[in-house]
Amino acid sequence: MRGAVVSLAVLLAACGSGQAASPQAGTRDDGRTATASEPASGQALSGQLTVFAASSLTDAFEDLGERFTRTNPDVEVAFNFGSSSTLATQIVQGGAPADVLASASQTPMNDVAGAELLAGQPQTFTCNTLEIAVERGNPLHIQSLADLTRPDVTTVLAAEEVPAGGYTRHALDVAGIQVTPASLEVDVRAVLSRVELGEADAGVVYVSDIVAAGDAVEGVQIPPERNVPASYPVAALAEAPNPQAAEAFVDYVLSDEAQATLTEYGFSAP
Amino acid sequence: MNVTTRLTPGTRRAETMPLGMTPLAVVALGLLILPLVGLLANTPWTRLGDLVTDQTVLAALRLSLLTSLSALALATVLGVPLAWLLARRDFPAKPLVRALCVLPMVLPPVVGGVALLLAFGRRGLIGQPLHELAGITLPFSPAGVVLAETFVAMPFLVVTVEAGLRAMDRRYEDVAATLGAGRWLAFRRVTLPLLAPSLGAGMALCWARALGEFGATITFAGNLTGRTQTMPLAVYLQLERDLDSAILLSLILLAVSVVVLITLRGRYLDTS
Repeated sequence: MRGAVVSLAVLLAACGSGQAASPQAGTRDDGRTATASEPASGQALSGQLTVFAASSLTDAFEDLGERFTRTNPDVEVAFNFGSSSTLATQIVQGGAPADVLASASQTPMNDVAGAELLAGQPQTFTCNTLEIAVERGNPLHIQSLADLTRPDVTTVLAAEEVPAGGYTRHALDVAGIQVTPASLEVDVRAVLSRVELGEADAGVVYVSDIVAAGDAVEGVQIPPERNVPASYPVAALAEAPNPQAAEAFVDYVLSDEAQATLTEYGFSAP
Repeated sequence: MNVTTRLTPGTRRAETMPLGMTPLAVVALGLLILPLVGLLANTPWTRLGDLVTDQTVLAALRLSLLTSLSALALATVLGVPLAWLLARRDFPAKPLVRALCVLPMVLPPVVGGVALLLAFGRRGLIGQPLHELAGITLPFSPAGVVLAETFVAMPFLVVTVEAGLRAMDRRYEDVAATLGAGRWLAFRRVTLPLLAPSLGAGMALCWARALGEFGATITFAGNLTGRTQTMPLAVYLQLERDLDSAILLSLILLAVSVVVLITLRGRYLDTS
């Protein structure tokens, strides 16, 4: 129990319930404010850039990648989206040739840091909150997390091994609610697709996932005191095949332009 | 080199192998063997005792045995008649029907899972009436796992048994018929025993495929410990939580594969 409280405090510290930005956000280690148009080293970047990103970032990062390529036309951005923990495993165990890791919680980032595979300090670049995804029109009138325990509601959650599942577990623990899920999906987007396909009546996902789903699903808000804000750290990797582009991309993600884009996708400022 | 030397059997034929083939063959061998060596080299032998009694591992093992054996039973009961139909009867568009029967063998399993959802899911062609009229929901249930495994594995049985039926000397059945045996009696007492080797091989292949099924299962049936989380799914999930237990589960699946291969040694290990 104590462990849960402590790690929850860490999560809250990273993202906060208010709008107070963490001091490092939007700024590089050296204090210089990052901008999109300025490549890290001042010279034109080129080559392939491989970004490993949490599955919840799929739509937002595809957009960011396109914008980044507009400024750096010689860079070819390739994404590997998956659950943050899978990505961390691929980097640590498999030595995956990634340049940048953007994860949905601190734990997978810490795993990579623990293996001394980060090029610099990870920086929190965005935040996300949980919401209940339900069928459009909310036919079962799901109003809160407590409704997920109803026997007529088929609920799907993310597996606890992946960040979304960990945050969900925290939120349910804090509320003292015991949900019996029909399935624990391997990443948060799989939870969303269960609701989209109508296989599940409800699933706990990020607000950004509901924005990404468009009209397919509807979101039921979880009140802030019951919600667990997810914080997303990003870092260039020590064994990046393209270190200059990696650094530039991390800078870009922290830039005002990218932050505005992330907001459009339902993410919130750190 | 003349024709006679080339046709000489035995060792001399090996000498005529084109230059450069042997190194490539060695690379191929390495490609196939090294991953298994890696698995064995990283096996936490000292922790095996604890891991075998781990709840997740046990639940996955139990569920995998239950669902794969059920899938095997279902595939045998349905697949043998299908193989018989394909081998012995003529009907319109038979090549097309056969192609559809073997399609799951080459179809990516995850595509099979999506297709199963669209047919048997809660909004699916058959799944919707099944859910609304009978209250039966297949996704997220062990029955859904059995369905996914049968979909992917049954073609292996059908293809093997069909080949066996075609190769069989039908005169035995004809003789049985002339001696007064009815169709079922002849099938049970003559056809089935003659078919036994093919049926055995088909069942072994089918079971191995069902046991290893991942893509269709996770897509169609979801993932929940003790309910739909089979061993391959547990391997994938445990990889993120406990590498050692993922390795142990992999090892069990590897052992099963070796046993199946030994069962099929007549087919795949024959060196003559």
